[in-house]
This record gives sequence, C-alpha cells and structure tokens, in this order.
Amino acid sequence: MIRVEFLGPIQKDALELDIKNLNELATILQEDAEMSEWLTNCAVAVNDTLVSSLEAPLKDGDKISLLPPVCGG
Amino acid sequence: MLSLYDGALDVPTILKDWYAEEATSNYGAYIPFVGTVRSEDGIDGLSFDIYEPILESWFKAWQEKAKAKGAIIKMAHSRGDVMLHESSYIASVFSPKRRVALEFIDEFVEDFKASAPIWKYDLINGERVYALDRSTAIKGSGILAGENN
Repeated sequence: MIRVEFLGPIQKDALELDIKNLNELATILQEDAEMSEWLTNCAVAVNDTLVSSLEAPLKDGDKISLLPPVCGG
Repeated sequence: MLSLYDGALDVPTILKDWYAEEATSNYGAYIPFVGTVRSEDGIDGLSFDIYEPILESWFKAWQEKAKAKGAIIKMAHSRGDVMLHESSYIASVFSPKRRVALEFIDEFVEDFKASAPIWKYDLINGERVYALDRSTAIKGSGILAGENN
C-alpha cells in the first residue's frame, strides 16, 4: 500500500491506496471534489523528496506528500 | 544549524547565542535577518505549520552552498502561534567577508519564501485562516492536475 498525506492547510485525512505510479494517483485525485482546488498548486514528494514527473514507479510502503503553496517567515 | 521553536522566538537570546558560537571562528561578517509580525488587515497574529523532513533536506542543501563559499548559515523558525510584534523567523549568515554574506542572505531568504515547506495562517477573531494569497506554489507544482489544467 501507498500512503498519501495532505500537508498544511489541506483538510483531508491521509489515504492508503493500492497504486503503482503517480499517474494512478492523479486519476484518483482528479475525481475527488475535495481536491479540485489544490491539484493545480500542489507540489508532490515521494518519500520526502520532491518529484517533477508522474513517471517514477512506486513500491509498497512508499509515502507520498502533497505540499500546497508555502509562506514561511 | 536549523532550530524550530513552539511559539515566538526569543530573538535577543538566539542572536547572542549564535554570535557567541562563532566568536572565535574568524568570520568577519555576521548578517542576521529577523522577521517580525506586523499589524495589518486586522490580524491578531500569525500561525505556522512546518513539514520538518523536507525543511531539513532543503536546509541541508543550503548549508552545502554556504560551505562552498566559506560561509555558514543558521536559521530559527516558529511553529504554531506568533502574535503581533513578536518574531517568527531568523536567518543568519557568517562569512569571512561581508559581500558573500550580504548576497547569500538575500538568495537564501528568497528561496526560503518560495520553497521551504512552511504554511502561514492569519489569526483573526480566534480563527486560523490560510494565507493563500501571500503563498507561493513550490517549483514543479501542479503535476497531478493533468494536461488540461
């Protein structure tokens, strides 16, 4: 299973999904009305490393994090 | 050095401690930037969430950049609520000469604003309101939205 965590202001509980890559996650989240406002501005990390494409394969136990726009300081 | 605190920063103590830590390190320049909560738009203060694993790796990459220039960086940030006229952020650069530190603090703070995984909320009438209009999408954001977005 792959754990998906929604960080910061996204008010959504973590998901446990049986997916093989980020394309499958994109498909699932694009159908989720709660997430529609976030997908265009969220960055994605796999195991705490930011990724820039959906192609990297996922393996059992991986953690995906969605990071909405930031403003420290 | 990356230090996270619950609530407002004790600015005089942190700056004094950092100064003392490097007192004999032979750095000619110590340039701190202190971020303080201002009164505007009726807020009572700000509040912060931090995702520490990625903040730590982001900071480590900047430590390496500083090292390549013979400099070091230190950073402190608040978690949770910080009220008006209190401070939530300190970044400091120590370097042998002033020019490196002056340029580096500017680059570092700009990237901090654009990339560090910290989320800011306005505290208004007891509510915590995400400051979306002042926030920046991290580079590479939007890949889950699909080609039509």
